[in-house]
Amino acid sequence: MTLPYRPHFLQQSLTPLKETPSQTAGPYVHIGLAPGDAGFQIYDTELGQDIAGPNAAGDRIRVEGRVFDGTGAPVRDVLIEVWQANAAGLYPHPETPGTGDGGPESTENGFRGWGRVISNFESGSWSFDTIKPGGVAGRNGRSMAPHINLWIVARGINVGLNTRLYFADEPDANASDPVLNLIEQTDRRATLLAQPVSGTGSAQNPRVYQFDIHLQGPGETVFFDI
Amino acid sequence: MTRPKPTDYYARDRRWHPPAYAPDYKTSVSRSPRLPLLSLENTASEITGPTFGQNDIAVGDNDLLSNFARPGENPIGERILLHGRVLDENARPVPNTLVEIWQANASGRYRHKKDGYIGALDPNFGGCGRTLTDDQGAYAFRTIKPGAYPWRNGLNDWRPAHIHVSVFGHAFAQRLITQLYFEGDPLIARCPIVNTIPDPAAVQQLIARLDINETLPLDMIAYRFDIVLRGRRSTLFENRMEGN
Repeated sequence: MTLPYRPHFLQQSLTPLKETPSQTAGPYVHIGLAPGDAGFQIYDTELGQDIAGPNAAGDRIRVEGRVFDGTGAPVRDVLIEVWQANAAGLYPHPETPGTGDGGPESTENGFRGWGRVISNFESGSWSFDTIKPGGVAGRNGRSMAPHINLWIVARGINVGLNTRLYFADEPDANASDPVLNLIEQTDRRATLLAQPVSGTGSAQNPRVYQFDIHLQGPGETVFFDI
Repeated sequence: MTRPKPTDYYARDRRWHPPAYAPDYKTSVSRSPRLPLLSLENTASEITGPTFGQNDIAVGDNDLLSNFARPGENPIGERILLHGRVLDENARPVPNTLVEIWQANASGRYRHKKDGYIGALDPNFGGCGRTLTDDQGAYAFRTIKPGAYPWRNGLNDWRPAHIHVSVFGHAFAQRLITQLYFEGDPLIARCPIVNTIPDPAAVQQLIARLDINETLPLDMIAYRFDIVLRGRRSTLFENRMEGN
């Protein structure tokens, strides 16, 4: 015996909500996310000013760079958010082992792993201070090389751009990194490598890395759909 | 507290969002990647994200009527209660997540050193606020309805009244910035930034609705704006993320 075809009974509804569509952060993103840089004081504390905190283990680093548009001009109104693991490769988040389930705290007290960086309105230069993250466990048992996740918004960017900063002085870890190895055009992997330029990694003399981002054109940075 | 299962987030529907290159919004032309985004399966780097607590913000940060005003004074403009919920695509509330807003004042002027519009600054209005959603994902701000303003794009382009909204969710993959508009505004349909969104149904999702039931009589009009962040799989199969 066959069942009668009754689609209104048998066809289940799969109607998830749609994600709210993105709109550009616009030129005045600083008012909302970094009002001191817009030119006024309103909050007791602005968020995202201290990524690593005072207690984090690992080498102290500073990342410096600029974001360039397709004409080669620096983007002077960009805002970048940083998200990174600590030196042990752990994120301060409830889904990291040992966090929030009664286990030991997995990251150092005061380690946020998150920060906000804005470019200088005249030069387009930006920098942030943090610690160098450790390698992070990836999918299927593969380890990811040390990296910092970046999210870039500005006027003219309709959906925030995701990319990763890797460290040029980690050649072995980078060579086996599953994400870098996804980049078919091997020359483009270099767009994600921050280059060490000075410093030792101590608190007094942080290791300085240079990392420029090219939104478009020659040397276009690899951006991810995460 | 049990740890949520670390599962993948649903792929972002890029046809629902504006494309990077939208030439009627001129600034996007030189700021849009020309090469395709590289699709990345979620790892710990994407399914985690920053967390925020009450220590990060202060009582009153969500009241734009008072958070910059001189004692006893009020900003000029139409007083509104802006409220709604943050949900995921599975219609589950997103609790304890940071929502930040910024906006122009009633004359369409931003309190920003780079804004030189002739519209007057309001000494009692800063133009930013922030709050955490409650355990049901609900949020609320008190503010004034921003004014429309002209901008350099086409020779005669005007932004509809809008409020910028930044939301985190619980994963870096959910991070979102958008803008909300107000029901009935004739400038919405003419706006090149609104029109970067290809699907008219998606534009409707950005229009805050007059919420007459939440209006405070003799005080302020209410608008409701719900925000939907990416949802995630409920089941974990063998292609799992190690280390979790």
